[in-house]
Amino acid sequence: MRNNLFIIIIVLLAASCKKDNYPAPGTTFKGRITYQGEAVNVSHGEVFFELWESGWGKRTPINVAVAQDGSFSSLLFDGNYQLVLPKGQGPYLTLPDAASHTDTTLLQLKGDRTMDIEVLPYYMVRNAKVSATGRQVTANCKLEKIITDTRAKNVERVTLYVNRTQFVDGINNIVTQSMNGGDIQDPGNVTLLVNVPAVNPVQSSVFVRVGVKIEGVEDMIFSPVIEQKL
Amino acid sequence: MRTYGFYILLILTLFGCVKSNDNFLDRAPSNILLDEQVWKDEVLVLSVIANLYDRYPDYQTIENWSEFAAFDEAFASESGQYGRHKNQQYSYGSWGYWDYGYIRELNLFIEKCGKANLLKPEVRDRFLAEARFLRANVYFELVKRMGGVPLVLEPLTYDYKGDPGALQRPRQKESEIYDFVIREMDAIMPALPDDANIKSRATKGLVLATKARAALYAASIAKYGATTPQVSLPGGEVGIPASMADGYYKTALAAAQQLINSGKYALYNKKPDNRSENFAALFYDKGGNPEVIFVKDFKLQSGKVQEWTLANQPRSLAEEQQGGRLNPSLNLVQSFEKLDNTFAPYATNTPGGDYIYYDKPEDMFAGRDARLAGTVILPGTEFKSKKVDIWAGYILKDGSIVTANNFGGQAVVGGNRIQVVGFDGPIDNLEFSAQTGFYVRKYQDPAVGSGRIGTKSEVWWVRYRYAEVLLNAAEAAFELGDKNTAAGYLNQVRARAGLTIPLAPGDITFDRIVHERKVELAFEGHQLWDMKRWRLAHIVWDGLSTDLTIHPESARSTSTRVFGLLPYRIYNPGTPQDGKWVFKKVIPSNVTSAHQFRLGNYYSFIGDDIRNNNPLVIKNPNQ
Repeated sequence: MRNNLFIIIIVLLAASCKKDNYPAPGTTFKGRITYQGEAVNVSHGEVFFELWESGWGKRTPINVAVAQDGSFSSLLFDGNYQLVLPKGQGPYLTLPDAASHTDTTLLQLKGDRTMDIEVLPYYMVRNAKVSATGRQVTANCKLEKIITDTRAKNVERVTLYVNRTQFVDGINNIVTQSMNGGDIQDPGNVTLLVNVPAVNPVQSSVFVRVGVKIEGVEDMIFSPVIEQKL
Repeated sequence: MRTYGFYILLILTLFGCVKSNDNFLDRAPSNILLDEQVWKDEVLVLSVIANLYDRYPDYQTIENWSEFAAFDEAFASESGQYGRHKNQQYSYGSWGYWDYGYIRELNLFIEKCGKANLLKPEVRDRFLAEARFLRANVYFELVKRMGGVPLVLEPLTYDYKGDPGALQRPRQKESEIYDFVIREMDAIMPALPDDANIKSRATKGLVLATKARAALYAASIAKYGATTPQVSLPGGEVGIPASMADGYYKTALAAAQQLINSGKYALYNKKPDNRSENFAALFYDKGGNPEVIFVKDFKLQSGKVQEWTLANQPRSLAEEQQGGRLNPSLNLVQSFEKLDNTFAPYATNTPGGDYIYYDKPEDMFAGRDARLAGTVILPGTEFKSKKVDIWAGYILKDGSIVTANNFGGQAVVGGNRIQVVGFDGPIDNLEFSAQTGFYVRKYQDPAVGSGRIGTKSEVWWVRYRYAEVLLNAAEAAFELGDKNTAAGYLNQVRARAGLTIPLAPGDITFDRIVHERKVELAFEGHQLWDMKRWRLAHIVWDGLSTDLTIHPESARSTSTRVFGLLPYRIYNPGTPQDGKWVFKKVIPSNVTSAHQFRLGNYYSFIGDDIRNNNPLVIKNPNQ
């Protein structure tokens, strides 16, 4: 009797295990947030944009996170999406979409797609160079003010971040050095110095980035991450 | 045999069913009360509204100690809560609240109560006013967390026709919700008793206090919201125009003054000889307390008790193997000013780098605002008439530290095996020990048994008290440019705290107002809402790992991490320093991140499910 029951259960279980009738999402949508073709660097896990797909009962956005170097990558189903850069996300202003004249870009996915999203950053960090003498790291860069009209904003501070891993920003750092926006003599030539503390276990290089905090804007804009031998 | 039994049962069942009983389907249920039974009996209605009172929303309360460690006031000394100090960001959904189920029940109560003509009119009017108070309060709670919300004032009912459109309401303007709260308070005031001895039900005093608080919140959002223009929505669902600030400040001042001038309430001052004791007693003394306006009450042996004392009693005096969870921070402790109205961080070292030596650990905290010892259990002070044992170890002649890693641990010092750390800690990373060097005192119950699991405490949770009304009046008067009045109210609160030199009107600044609320109202659940309405939250909790501020008087100084102050004993026989006390400023090792309050945290995230069900509800900014 128990044996029979056992077999019945097995059969029922097996019968209920029907093959899933949906394939996994297989379309890659990737690209970068750019300004004139140059990637906009942001901090890790802070900035995202939204993809909306209509036709489903519940409307919930897919939040796509932007990586440190401005790139993003998302695995999706084929379909028609709406791409929205939410207001207040990222150290940039959104350009209205050429086709819809709103903040929404229509995005048709049919197979893998690579697309750069053009934005208008308040500033760009150019020509970031890093050097080291002993454990003292020097970073030099140029701040280029991109938005100069009535929407322009001042620099609140410039900060040099150093971390032991490739993730370098306000959260991930072992030492920082800041300079207030008012103290910047020449935005074309900003230099910051910092002494890197001893790290344990010892490593031969550190990762360095310069970040710019803009007044009234939450997310910072960064230079690319530079690995510096000590 | 089994078959017979079956037939007998069958027959009995059949006959049982057909037994003639015409009322078979109309019998009154014996396990629930029906509307018509409830609405003719005052006592039953009281139990209905008691349930509604019980669902009054709170955020930080004595029933939820760990939320007090969410910002910079305290360290959570329990391993399950260390994460509070390791996370940098607050989620956008933090502090979210959306209880339209409760609002519907309040609306149903109001509708039914309005028709209950079997109750005495004055009784009915009071119940009605109480329910309207609770409903207005829910909207106040909603607006301070979410911004403007849909204003639903009748019990909505779905018609099952497939279109829920009639139930969907858009968000109101933030100011309109505040206006609603203020208007309701005016409307219900005449029906409520004007009796300061009623503490756990709505009274005229409570209505005035609520009105003052709501108007003050709206006013400061209007005034200081101008500094964060990003935190607003074009439709006004979030943000109040700056031009409305003065009007709200006037409303707040008038309501607060009406309560103050009624003379029904007063500052608690039953123990004027010991001002710290007096300040602590204000929260646990339930006998004729003139300061308390509205509470959530508890009662021993009724099942409705709270475990604040159980969770937070000093470990060495604990009645169970429990306690010590909430450790006030040095950030808070150093905010209490000196008796000459000046501010100073605690001096641990001389400019030359040597320690400053104290004869007794409590000497470090001498000459400070009496509220300090009323709020915090300091090293060397007493709780339940016994001394707490907070000290972190011995410092030897060569500067090395001898300590242990369990309560009251021993080690060999100078050839003898002796106790080298207090029975209350502080021991870094040991839960329930005073990891910042302090325990919380506010709301701790001195009664025997309050720290036992089987007994717990009946100390009430104070939601409104007279001192806050004075501070609200002072703030409103200051913002309206009347520094004389502001100084008058502020000085009343400060004099009770033992600060004998009154502030001159010229001394009153915004920073003074901010500071006074910080020290008077610590651990009373005001901090988050105050920081939000002044738009200071993103400045003070800015996510940078800055050192402890040396300017506790400044409202804008950052305070993102929790610091501690540990007392050590000197072991150096034959020198004058032997046996003296020195202090070290530390950061507990579990504090690994600096708190960051983002612009998107000013108003909590409204869930996707809510916005799906009601597409008229728009999203909050910066999220």
